[in-house]
Amino acid sequence: MPDESYVGRQLPPTEPYQVGREKIREFATAIGDDSAVCHDLAAARAAGHPDLVAPPTFSVSFTMPQIEAFLRDPDFGWDYSRMVHGDQSITLHRPIHGGDELVTTIHVDDLRTRAGSHMLTLRCEVADNAGEPVLTTKTLLVTQAASA
Amino acid sequence: MTAVDLAGVVVGDELPALELRVTRADLVRYAGASGDFNPIHWNDRTAAEVGLPGVIAHGMLTMALAGRLVTRWAGDPAAVRSYGVRFTRPVVVPDDDEGALLELTGKVAEVRESDADGARIARIDLTARFDGKTVLGRASAEVTLPA
Repeated sequence: MPDESYVGRQLPPTEPYQVGREKIREFATAIGDDSAVCHDLAAARAAGHPDLVAPPTFSVSFTMPQIEAFLRDPDFGWDYSRMVHGDQSITLHRPIHGGDELVTTIHVDDLRTRAGSHMLTLRCEVADNAGEPVLTTKTLLVTQAASA
Repeated sequence: MTAVDLAGVVVGDELPALELRVTRADLVRYAGASGDFNPIHWNDRTAAEVGLPGVIAHGMLTMALAGRLVTRWAGDPAAVRSYGVRFTRPVVVPDDDEGALLELTGKVAEVRESDADGARIARIDLTARFDGKTVLGRASAEVTLPA
């Protein structure tokens, strides 16, 4: 049984995640995005960006491992092995660029049990090293409640 | 890639459709790129143990692939302001060379001016089909249009 006292809480901010240029290229290649600004530094700079531009869903490559670390913490009591991703939204306040150092704060927005499932809504607020907001993600995760 | 002319975008415009094949190799590559090594995305034994019909694609991979329809149309991945989906059905990826076929379509659902910065924003509603059925629900992205 997940610990409901976490609802409304925010976890301590993560250590900064440094967005690597090659990681952007690797991620873009993995999703088949051949946009020049994701691969070619000169093209990205010519389009007014300080460095390569990450594809819109790139942030999962650091937020999901941060979420996983929280969910595997026995204190919270979540069954990670049977978890299903219910929905996902990403709001970008600006694009992510190569070289960004991004700090994520996970907020436990909601936890409810319905029809034998636990439904957990986590929000990640991601800011750069100047504290400026970069993006907000919302993730709904579902896992089976233990049968009584 | 040449973007379509976005100056005259109106509600109801359809985005050029996209058909993509997802193979096991794509899942392995995405696992490495995203850091999501959940074995249901590469191991038949684990997939069967948790009651799945087979190895399934990462929901976030399906979301990213559907997002390509939007970034290709906009001509710029930096134009995307928001993007959200529900994962309604799994995409089962067979252990063969063909993989799973994803059929992606989208249309312009709204064009408005941003309250924050006055930019023109288009909301695109997306459909992703696998095996004749939709696999994403309420899939929608907001894109900044050129001034």
